[in-house]
Amino acid sequence: MLRVIGKRLLLLVPTLLGLSILLFAWVRALPGGPASALLGERATPEAIAQINEAYGFDRPIIEQYFTYIGRLLTGDFGNSVQTNRPVLDEFATRFPATVELALVALAIAIAVGIPLGYLGAKYYGKTVDHVSVVVSLLGVTVPVFFLAFILKWIFAVQLGWFPPDGRQSPRIDATHATGYYVLDGLLTGELDAAWDAIVHLVLPGLALASIPLAIIARITRASVLQVYGADYVRTARAKGLLPRIIRDRYILRNAMLPVVTTIGLQLGLLISGAVLTETVFNFAGIGQFLADAVFRRDFPVLQGFIIFIAILYSLINLIVDVSYSLIDPRVRVQ
Amino acid sequence: MRHSARRRGLIAAAVLTTGAVALTGCVQSEREEGGGGGDAGAFVFGVSGEPVSLDPAFASDGESFRVSRQIFEGLVGVQAGSADPEPLLAEEWDISDDGLNYVFSLKEGVTFHDGTAFDAAAVCFNFDRWRDFEGPAASPAASYYYGNLFRDVGLEVTCEATGDLEASVTLSSAFAGFIPSLSLPAFAMQSPTALEEYQADDLGGTLEAPTMTEYAQEHPTGTGPFVFDSWDRGASVSLSAYEDYWGEQGDVTDITFQVSGDPTASRQALEAGTIDGYDLVSPSDVGVLEENDFRIESRDPFTILYLAFNQRSDSNPELSDPRVREALTLAIDREALVSQTLPEGTEVADQFIPPVVAGYNDDVTTYDYDPERARELLDEAGIPEGYELMFNYPTNISRPYMPNPETTFTAISGMLEDVGITVNPQANEWGEYLDRMQGGTDHGIHLLGWTGDYNDTDNFLGVFFGSDSFEWGFDNPELFTALAEARTAADPEAAVSQYEAINEQIAEFIPGVPLAHPAPSLAFSPRVESYPVSPVNDEVYNLVELAD
Amino acid sequence: MCNDRSSPASGAPAPAAPGTPEGDAGTSLWRDAWRRLRRNPQGIAGAVIVGLFVLVAVLAPVLAPYAGTALPGRGEITPTSIPGIGEVPGFPLGLDRFGGDVLSKLIWGAQASLIIGLVSTAFGLIGGMLLGAIAGTFRGWVDAVIMRVVDILLSVPNLLLAVSIAAVLGQTPSAVMIAIGASQVPIFARLLRSTMLAQSSSDYVLAARTLGLGKGAITVNHVLPNSMGPVIVQGTLTLATAVIEAAALSFLGLGGGRPETAEWGRMLTYAQNELAIAPQLAFLPGICIAITALGFTLLGEALREALDPRSGAR
Repeated sequence: MLRVIGKRLLLLVPTLLGLSILLFAWVRALPGGPASALLGERATPEAIAQINEAYGFDRPIIEQYFTYIGRLLTGDFGNSVQTNRPVLDEFATRFPATVELALVALAIAIAVGIPLGYLGAKYYGKTVDHVSVVVSLLGVTVPVFFLAFILKWIFAVQLGWFPPDGRQSPRIDATHATGYYVLDGLLTGELDAAWDAIVHLVLPGLALASIPLAIIARITRASVLQVYGADYVRTARAKGLLPRIIRDRYILRNAMLPVVTTIGLQLGLLISGAVLTETVFNFAGIGQFLADAVFRRDFPVLQGFIIFIAILYSLINLIVDVSYSLIDPRVRVQ
Repeated sequence: MRHSARRRGLIAAAVLTTGAVALTGCVQSEREEGGGGGDAGAFVFGVSGEPVSLDPAFASDGESFRVSRQIFEGLVGVQAGSADPEPLLAEEWDISDDGLNYVFSLKEGVTFHDGTAFDAAAVCFNFDRWRDFEGPAASPAASYYYGNLFRDVGLEVTCEATGDLEASVTLSSAFAGFIPSLSLPAFAMQSPTALEEYQADDLGGTLEAPTMTEYAQEHPTGTGPFVFDSWDRGASVSLSAYEDYWGEQGDVTDITFQVSGDPTASRQALEAGTIDGYDLVSPSDVGVLEENDFRIESRDPFTILYLAFNQRSDSNPELSDPRVREALTLAIDREALVSQTLPEGTEVADQFIPPVVAGYNDDVTTYDYDPERARELLDEAGIPEGYELMFNYPTNISRPYMPNPETTFTAISGMLEDVGITVNPQANEWGEYLDRMQGGTDHGIHLLGWTGDYNDTDNFLGVFFGSDSFEWGFDNPELFTALAEARTAADPEAAVSQYEAINEQIAEFIPGVPLAHPAPSLAFSPRVESYPVSPVNDEVYNLVELAD
Repeated sequence: MCNDRSSPASGAPAPAAPGTPEGDAGTSLWRDAWRRLRRNPQGIAGAVIVGLFVLVAVLAPVLAPYAGTALPGRGEITPTSIPGIGEVPGFPLGLDRFGGDVLSKLIWGAQASLIIGLVSTAFGLIGGMLLGAIAGTFRGWVDAVIMRVVDILLSVPNLLLAVSIAAVLGQTPSAVMIAIGASQVPIFARLLRSTMLAQSSSDYVLAARTLGLGKGAITVNHVLPNSMGPVIVQGTLTLATAVIEAAALSFLGLGGGRPETAEWGRMLTYAQNELAIAPQLAFLPGICIAITALGFTLLGEALREALDPRSGAR
């Protein structure tokens, strides 16, 4: 097992190297550059040339790439052109926000998606099923940013139940030790700050949850349907076991395997999917910063952040695979 | 089975609802607390982005200056509600006849936030610091203003402390705009002690990777009414009142600059009570906010929005024909443009400088809307019906002079099409757009503008027409020389009449169409009773009045 | 982002190859599928929505009172007011920020969406088919290399891929279609290859091979036509993806042309600034996008179940 994990981690290296080449080519292929975005109306060709020279953007791209890789090996991801701070620091300050948001979204997706899918399968072909299918389909057919707008407009602007944006109310005096605002509030005993952070997570969490919710519901439905038809369930029924026991011990347990995999995969996607949601809710996470970096052509941030996300994504996948094989001994990590 | 499933579902629903009710209950109660006024002196201002640097010498963006104006003061300030310079840390100054030597008498009893005394030595420390920037610190990405006004034009500034409170500053050549330029936040006075302690000039290690200094992130130290507290990355910057401030302290005891996103998000935050005010209100929100008792403040326009003609256009070389340029100017109904697409308070422009700037010419040649004449002129110039004209505009950007480029573009396109021109629309993202306009010839007519930094004509005209540029694509030595002469005039009075003549010269040459001077507005919650609006954004919050 | 719906690698019940001997074979498979489709209420709902959408799109020149880019209400708007639903005679759904008739723009927007959907799906399909067919026909290292690249591309969230491509292409009207189409290529390639692999081990291919038919001929005449079922399903689902992604790209400020273009995503994007005075400008196109995407998805799902009865069996 450990050897397999080690092998998978080693495989990460060539993948990331390939990714870094693709990324480098992509970023440099973007029209426009960071200098003019930085200087605005004041940009003159001379000023742009000076900035490009200062950052080394004027050198041959191959040279730039090797310089970049060389620095990466020493753990130096370069500096953001926009903020002049190390990319690593920028990532570290914004990462907790995205993790909080992704976890909340995932929790909502699981809490609603699994029952929805289960009910759909149970009442296959009935009205409940159709409702379950349509609701889960709406999750993927309503554009995320549109859903975010509607949620914000109804619950924050019209009804005023939730704050419209941000991570914490500026009027709350909170200490941030870890950057995870909810956790910070709990650790320091500032319960009002923790609660305020939770309240700020509800609407963006719901918006971000829509797609994974739909996917989890669908997989649950399909998987439960499959198990329903399995011989051992038929046998259990024939034995006259209580329906509740059949559901809990036979159907749910067996149907959950693919669902667990899906959930793991969704966590990775959520982190990259946060771009739109964070933008609408002005939620200071990595997604918003990344979207901004695209517009500002902040090359070092684009390269660094996407590599971080790729590493995360791969690690999460590995963890999912490993835990999958722990749940089900028939599965081997490959 | 069926039973228990339903029960579970009900429980889940119940949990969700109670959760929601509890949540909403809490938000509401919190809001009531906020209204009750536990922290009466707190002022939360919504900003669209974070500052780049808290060291104003290394900043050139509005958000950095918005913060640094609270922390720092310069030798020269700005008269309330105008763009004109007035004494601030310097109580008065004497200018030698040749315009080369300035003797500043400094205000007494001023201290920096770290306790360092403000004196002539501190002034000269700052002047020397700017002059001695090198490496990354001398890049336009860092010390833009010093470079632009002094370093790049070879203007050497030397400072000598001739008394405890008297500093003598000598320029290597005359610069008519020197005093107004000192009102720029970039030239604010900073504490020599703090600058040295936190190595404020040590921008990163290498040229390839300049980083902001510790000073610029954590220790900005000035003489202003507010002291830096903390910077919560991605979210907010907090300041609090400086107890030993030499001037009036005012109602505000704590400032939070909260990142509140685009104008729509900011409006929602204001309505929800999260922020007390924000800048650059979207024109369409003004009416709604006023109806709901929010306070709207408009700045006197210190902006110019123009339509530029590229006379060396790849696609439309015909723009070098003055008849074509005049025709396009006559085709544009500026009154309609302003009333339909620009914020209230916007003035129609007929020159490239706002009326309050020195050198504004009341008798300049104007081109009133006349589509008939425009068609005739196009005909004369041999432009066929349906002539395809490349029209460039930026997307996803809102500038003080151009709140919504897309609507402005659409309105002008319609007017041009009315005189038989086919518009070839070319949209670009902001950065890419600037690159295209300022770095090549692949553009036709385009929208751009400027927000003045301080009251200096050269800060408008010199920027646009001071030299041959890709943006305008013309070589007019007569105009370039006239601008250079006015800039270096020793006598400010003479400069004014020179600029008036230049404005007429520009109006006859028609490099582009000055469209409007849009007025940016701010919105505030009802608890803000007054706000010191300034055309050049010189708004310091010790002058904000809050209701009890 | 939405790549579960479109990615066969995601763990959803994979479409099994039609034509594999199971019960009836040959033409009656399609007849069977049709029968099942007619009985599926979700499929009917989807078909009705899609039918209406296509009808509106095709008949736009007849139905819409004004041209898509016309600005008949230019004089009626001011910076602080935009007439809403039923507020100005002649414009039943009101005006937009530019002075365009919202009703006309929604109708023309259907046509724009249909064109974007069809072109980008065709682009993805043809690209994917070429890649998949090459891989499936030649096998060996060609297959290995192509599939490796496809796998890497599949691991990038679909929308992110489209955004990256569109950002490089710049703001031209065709950028959105190319970007969405290109981001679908790996999905189609993988789908085609796997169905073709299943087909090529089937009896009739074996028979054709014994008869001495060439690789190419077998692929074109036998394998491809029999692999069409899953491709049709995926194509329908891709139409939905395209409508949503086009809107998302617009929202992120990608895509070119004139700002007043009658396109739902574009309309929704510009409506953000006017949310305070004209929320209908955001809701109307948003609802159109959601309903259209829902229609295509329902139809696609129903087709999938119809073509592969096992996926829905109890």
